[in-house]
Amino acid sequence: MANPKPEELVQIQYPTPSKGWMDPAVEFRKGTYCYSALARNLNYLGLPNAREWQPFDADWKLPPDWKRIILDGMKERLEKFRSFRLFMDICVRCGACADKCHFYIGSGDPKNMPVVRAELVRSVYRRYFTLSGQLFGALAGARDLTEDVIKEWFYYAHQCTECRRCSVFCPYGIDTAEITMIVRELLNLIGCNINWVLEPAANCFRTGNHLGIQPHGFKDSVDFAVDELEELTGIRVDASINRKGAEVLLVVPSADYFGTPHYYTFLGYLALLHEVGLDYTFSAYASEGGNFGLFNSHEMIKRLNAKIYTEAKRLGVKWILGGECGHMWRVLHQYMDTMNGPADFLEVPVSPVTGTRFENARSTKMVHICEFTADLIHRGKIRLDPARNDRWNVTYHDSCNPARAMGLLEEPRYILRSVCNQFHEMPENTIREQTFCCGSGSGLGTDENFEMRMRGGLPRANAVKYVRDKHGVNLLTCICAIDKATLPPLLEYWVPGVDVAGIHELVGNALVMRGEKERTTDLRGEPIDQKEVAHA
Amino acid sequence: MKLYGALIAVAAISLAAGLAGSVGALQPLLGIGVPYCALAILLVGLSWRVIRWSRSPVPFRIPTVCGQQISLPWIKSSRLESPHSTLGVIGRMGLEVLLFRSLFRNTRSRIDQGPRLIYGEAKWLWLGAMAFHWSLLVVVLRHLRFVVEPVPAVALWLDGLDGFFHVGVPVLYVTDIVLIAALLYLLVRRLREPQVRFISLFTDYFALFLLLGIALSGIWMRYFARVDAVAVKQLALSLTVFSPSLPKNLSAWFFVHLGLVCTLAAYLPFSKLMHMGGIFLSPTRNLANNNRMKRHVNPWNYPVKVHTYEEWEDEFREKIEAAGLPVEKH
Repeated sequence: MANPKPEELVQIQYPTPSKGWMDPAVEFRKGTYCYSALARNLNYLGLPNAREWQPFDADWKLPPDWKRIILDGMKERLEKFRSFRLFMDICVRCGACADKCHFYIGSGDPKNMPVVRAELVRSVYRRYFTLSGQLFGALAGARDLTEDVIKEWFYYAHQCTECRRCSVFCPYGIDTAEITMIVRELLNLIGCNINWVLEPAANCFRTGNHLGIQPHGFKDSVDFAVDELEELTGIRVDASINRKGAEVLLVVPSADYFGTPHYYTFLGYLALLHEVGLDYTFSAYASEGGNFGLFNSHEMIKRLNAKIYTEAKRLGVKWILGGECGHMWRVLHQYMDTMNGPADFLEVPVSPVTGTRFENARSTKMVHICEFTADLIHRGKIRLDPARNDRWNVTYHDSCNPARAMGLLEEPRYILRSVCNQFHEMPENTIREQTFCCGSGSGLGTDENFEMRMRGGLPRANAVKYVRDKHGVNLLTCICAIDKATLPPLLEYWVPGVDVAGIHELVGNALVMRGEKERTTDLRGEPIDQKEVAHA
Repeated sequence: MKLYGALIAVAAISLAAGLAGSVGALQPLLGIGVPYCALAILLVGLSWRVIRWSRSPVPFRIPTVCGQQISLPWIKSSRLESPHSTLGVIGRMGLEVLLFRSLFRNTRSRIDQGPRLIYGEAKWLWLGAMAFHWSLLVVVLRHLRFVVEPVPAVALWLDGLDGFFHVGVPVLYVTDIVLIAALLYLLVRRLREPQVRFISLFTDYFALFLLLGIALSGIWMRYFARVDAVAVKQLALSLTVFSPSLPKNLSAWFFVHLGLVCTLAAYLPFSKLMHMGGIFLSPTRNLANNNRMKRHVNPWNYPVKVHTYEEWEDEFREKIEAAGLPVEKH
């Protein structure tokens, strides 16, 4: 089936059926859901209830005691997570979150209002865990847990990208991401997962990265990048792997060395770190900063994240530097130290180039490359020629997690203003803490889910369209690997003529390296001087 | 059903309280028994809920960050929207609890052909919520003059402030008007906005009608039925010292008001109205964004199965060596 055209997709209605939301029936329409996880991936990870099934099947082959498993799982999580219990209890249904969700804006499906998505779970919570729900049933907003409810949970828990935009607006800070994470954990208990999450997770567990690249393949990729950078700049950089005694361990999302346009950002890192002479090494074992455990369960986050500290310890580095990635940084910033710390074998990160002590990372000992680079620029340690990025008219997409989990707002902007001459912000309701998701985060960026991704990405794309039309913007920069993979098709669909790049790609372009040959092309291999006419 | 059901429920409670209040024999039950029961349920229920919340662990530090983090010294961090210290968290919580900071951000989105998404200001909900909660607080504090003797200064002061305009006899309280107006706004909004109506449950209407009933019956007593305030105070004071005595001339209107208040008190711990306690415990708001500075401990952190470096090297050793990368064991 062909994908719907933009002019069809944009005819969005916002119905509010008078019969309410309690009927759990869901239609698994092609383009709006993700395929189930393959049994081999579940088995590899030792996850329960692996089997062959698909969401569109009438029979999901749930384990016989699925209901008990879910209710026990809920009980356990109500006791383990204050967030879950509290968010089940205190919503007043004021509706402030309703039109803050990109999936609601783009799909018009009333169950995609964050409040309703949460009510799908709350109704079961009320029915089995509260007195009023047990006594008054539907009148108290309670529903029985049925197989249809499981299907509905699966559908809507995978139409939430855990972007946390709604929680910015909620007067009680109710975070739908937290609820979605718990629901996905519960579904995981009865073997209802999606492959786009579990395949990368299984690969990552085995080889160290999502793509399943084995050590020699990783080495090849890095070597290839080193060769290519030499061709572009005339400088041969040293990018070591698994080298003991290096000062810094560099961990990047694997898409950086295997995906486009991520790859140009990877070249940017290599150029920059060479120029400032950082003594760093990659690890083939910890060859992935991303962590799809975040989209599966808290336990899986910890299982996949453990390798980073383990490897830092084995290699004897002083601290860790992390590349551009969104959900990776939510894990590193908000979970890693708690789960796999304390990192008392590392030192408080100090930039050997500027002497800056990163006090903000003194416990976790991991620094975001934008923090590292902003410091370099501020201290005047690198020479930049922003004119080399003159073919780009740039805007910046705050990736959800660096914005709403970290507050990394100014560092990337400072870098951008230093490395390019034309920079325009998107409207204020669509950036910084109010930024809109790409629509494909949290493991939903798969082709079979195309329509829902385009719908979810509409608010982001529409803000890009605004600056494209108003200022002639032709490049959307971001610091998230999922963004870099999924924004290009999104923009091609809604806003043709705008490219996507990482911040360090532009850094690499602008960076004047000592001893470099005259740069005629940028890191994409495209001529530097040719200034493109802005797309109309 | 939800709407009318809630309206009927509140009307029935009012009627029952009013009727029972007119029957002398039932007055002790209504004036003494019910308030004590309701208060007991409120206190026990409230404590039970808050204790259960506060005893449940906070495994991860997950603030929703709404401003610039603290990082490099030359980048100004947002102390209130991304607090990194306890003081900052207190400030953030203060803004949230006293001024409804998050609700103040509210916007309204609209999609025009083009397509073009437009986000407009939407401050009415914030204004309505502020008006309701603050006037309710003032009204409750004003009621101190019934239960405390001598009347506390704060109650007298609020009384004077609230009746500032000196309109009518008895003096008209501004908060009475604001409270009713705000409740009506919240009710009308719930009914008129399709999305909000769609998400509304019985309990949402019930809470609004209950509060409206309490406010209206209170206003009726004060301005129109002119209930004997001295008698009310006599009862209230006797209840507070646990030697209840029922004055003779309490009107049925008073029992309507009291009955609704007792319903609210007993209902509160089981309802969404617990948000007033919950907000203080919300982990996305009451935690500092200092994750990488200060380790957060998960009380139930447990060991998990990982793919160790040794297992990894064992599996890929030949390939690692062939690629010229160092290994631990040959």
